[in-house]
Amino acid sequence: MFFENDPVLLSRILTYLTLGFHAIFATIGVGIPIMIAIAEWMGIKRNDPHYTLLARRWARGFVITVAIGVVTGTAMGLQLSLLWPNFMQAAGHTIGLPMFMEVFAFFFEAIFLGIYLYTWDRFKSKMRHFLLVIPIVIGATASAFFITTVNAFMNAPQGFEIVNGVVTNVNPIEAMFNPATPTKISHVIITCYLTAAFVLGAIAAVKILRGNKSVYHRKALHMTMVAGAVFAVGTAVIGDLSGKYLHEYQPEKLAAAEWHFETETEAPLILGGIINEDNEISYALEIPYALSILAGGTPDTEVIGLNEFPEEDLPPLFVHYFFDLMVFIGMYLAAVSTLFVVMNWKKTWNAFNKPLLIMVAAGGPLAIVAMESGWIFAEVGRQPWILNGIMRTSEGATTSGQVGLMLILFALLYTVLAVTCIGVLRKMFKRNPVEREMYKREIQNYEVK
Amino acid sequence: MSYEVIGITVLWLFLYGYLIVASVDFGAGFFSYYSKRTKKDHMIHPIIQRYLSPVWEVTNVFLVFFFIGIVGFFPETAYYYGTALLVPGSIAIILLAIRGSYYAFATYGAKESNFYNFLYGATGLLIPASLTTVLTISEGGYITVENGNVELLYGELFGSLYSWGVVALAIVSVLFISASFLSYYAARAKDETALKLLRTYALTWAFPSIGMGIIVFFLLGGRNPEHFAGMLDLWWMFAISTAAFATAFTLILKKRNYGIAFIMVMIQYFAAFFAYGASHLPYLLYPYLTIYDGFTNEAMATALIIAFIAGLLLLVPSLYLLMRLFLFDADYVEGRK
Ligand code: HDD
Ligand code: HEM
Ligand code: HEM
Repeated sequence: MFFENDPVLLSRILTYLTLGFHAIFATIGVGIPIMIAIAEWMGIKRNDPHYTLLARRWARGFVITVAIGVVTGTAMGLQLSLLWPNFMQAAGHTIGLPMFMEVFAFFFEAIFLGIYLYTWDRFKSKMRHFLLVIPIVIGATASAFFITTVNAFMNAPQGFEIVNGVVTNVNPIEAMFNPATPTKISHVIITCYLTAAFVLGAIAAVKILRGNKSVYHRKALHMTMVAGAVFAVGTAVIGDLSGKYLHEYQPEKLAAAEWHFETETEAPLILGGIINEDNEISYALEIPYALSILAGGTPDTEVIGLNEFPEEDLPPLFVHYFFDLMVFIGMYLAAVSTLFVVMNWKKTWNAFNKPLLIMVAAGGPLAIVAMESGWIFAEVGRQPWILNGIMRTSEGATTSGQVGLMLILFALLYTVLAVTCIGVLRKMFKRNPVEREMYKREIQNYEVK
Repeated sequence: MSYEVIGITVLWLFLYGYLIVASVDFGAGFFSYYSKRTKKDHMIHPIIQRYLSPVWEVTNVFLVFFFIGIVGFFPETAYYYGTALLVPGSIAIILLAIRGSYYAFATYGAKESNFYNFLYGATGLLIPASLTTVLTISEGGYITVENGNVELLYGELFGSLYSWGVVALAIVSVLFISASFLSYYAARAKDETALKLLRTYALTWAFPSIGMGIIVFFLLGGRNPEHFAGMLDLWWMFAISTAAFATAFTLILKKRNYGIAFIMVMIQYFAAFFAYGASHLPYLLYPYLTIYDGFTNEAMATALIIAFIAGLLLLVPSLYLLMRLFLFDADYVEGRK
């Protein structure tokens, strides 16, 4: 075999696979409800059936992604116990509370989603139906909130003491609201919104690029780009705060992300590049002072370097690329959406020009890549710890010899799910194109000349 | 009541909730497939669709609740069951994943497809079978623990009469619970043809379910005498269970009060399930783990119980709304909405 049968390594790969797959659907699942809510609201306020139809069609696609979010989430929840029994045994004592509350949030969301989908035409007042989407938005965001506190705890564990290897003096609230929580939660939630806005915007952009002239897609694109611009700027601001958090609590992660070896002030930010065995960096772009500013807000902030840490406590240095990729895409998304909004606002400019549309269309997949890169950076950058400073990843894993087989099974499962999901979504919208639905619902279909 | 007992009672309630709602769902999948094979699907398919479409996600959450909750209340279980159940647990996940997603695909997305329908029907029976492994191994004798290494004895598991008995019980119970619920739903929908068929299913599976219950009861005597003795002490709960079964069966036979009949079925399983669970205590995994040595700390227990109560205050009204709109709204049930 290519891999030796090492349960720790195989468990890591399987966790990586499940989380990476779940993260796509979870992110979309947290983000889309708010876009649906905005569209339905605009439909009511402007009395514009195009927006209502947008909400309707997005909700229909959303169901499919939710289904996969739910099943992969179920897999994730069970796998944490199956693959990391020792970790969960320790974590259960301290961080069981938010995991428990997360399920309540899902429950809440699931109930209202069921109601929402089947009651479009059941109430006389449109407002009543709109009210049903609010619990969905709250439920989705709350579940992201709770699960992310768990992840924050893994990065900055607190709220307990270990006496003779036994966890005591537990304070679940303190464990939940640890130093990593504020930046982590706000960054995760806003990037969920950002990703959803761009994924939906990309769909509209592709439609227009393919020559569809219906005003429906133009409204969709404009709405998602306005939302996207707001979320992208928010992401960058909160991302900057996350950097400051790292500087204070996980300096080794920040240093690994920046290939920063010597502790110094006026530290430069390094973009791209290659590093050799002697830790010499070539082909990189250096931005003077930028790392000190990211870490502390001023150029004279002292940034701790990797040399301060024992070798065996250091994360792998390749996380640098993932960090760069995430930040680069973040800047890209902010630029594209802002440009679009400004051009559309200046009546004489044409925001719907081909190059810009192509850039928006690329933004959808890129947002997902940024999200995945962010997670890889955050999780791999925490290595070798599963609970930062307390438990090593190798101590948390199962000892079972069958993880390899399970890895193959799950890889197959996710492949099949991904392929059918795409197929079903395409079929669903192809068979019922928006023009036909507008005709059926007697909505005017204006075309743009 | 001690925190330990409150904790396990809460979890057991959720598992019971899952048992009922999931059985309805699993059984419906099987009936839907079976009736299609026998070309009777036009009779019951709409009923199944109308009821299940809005609620399938809610069903899944009951299960998630249980396994997240048990790690919260009894972190030690993660260690024992987590290690031992890697393979059966993973298989159950895969089956659940196939079912959940294909259900959504078939319902909202693709055209009617025989293959989806087959998957939907087959997983409906295989999932309960694989999930019951947990209950089976909790009786002891299927796991070894040697210097910290937990291992599941597959030979013992597949070779034991008891474990097959539990599997059979699970499957026939799923079919019985499901058929009696769907009969009630068809009766409310005033759908006579569907009712006729579903009522036959309910009557068909009634005696196998109670019969398997009795067989498993005695098989357990050979497997874990201590637990068996505990169950005998709670004989009155099993008596309630049997009486409830008899009432349900009579009502369905006489074509009367399908709603009460279904409530009786719920009581039948409630009494038996809680008698089984209560007599299993204090063990979570015989003889390695009891609720007392696997329990979380007091601060966490209090927090979880508060969260649980707050959660219920939020969920019960929402569930009520869901049921009012889809289960008790005559127009919706009868297909006029
Ligand atoms: C669309 C996705 C996306 C985009 C465009 C960005 N991020 Fe991000 N980032 C994430 C998605 C993400 C994430 C997936 O949500 C992470 C992974 C773990 C976490 O807490 O959030 C994350 C983590 C993360 C961390 C690590 C936090 C930790 O480990 O505790 C930092 C320092 C930043 N981000 C900084 C930024 C900056 C300065 C950005 C510039 C615009 C940026 N991110 C854009
Ligand atoms: C409940 C909260 C979480 C728990 C208990 C958890 C647990 C773990 C564990 C045990 C590992 C394996 C150790 C390792 O190799 O890093 C891991 C890795 C990982 N986790 Fe987290 N995690 C949590 C939150 C998240 C979230 C929310 C995500 C993103 C969706 C995530 C993304 C990852 C990724 C991508 C890896 C693989 C990193 C690698 O290859 O080393 N984690 N996590
Ligand atoms: C270790 C990390 C994670 C675990 C253990 C986990 C657990 C779960 C579970 C058990 C479910 C299914 C719930 C159900 O049956 O209804 C689920 C679904 C979901 N998860 Fe995750 N999750 C993790 C990471 C994340 C992250 C990072 C997010 C988002 C930020 C997220 C958001 C969601 C959403 C939104 C759903 C439901 C699908 C939907 O409603 O759209 N999860 N997750």
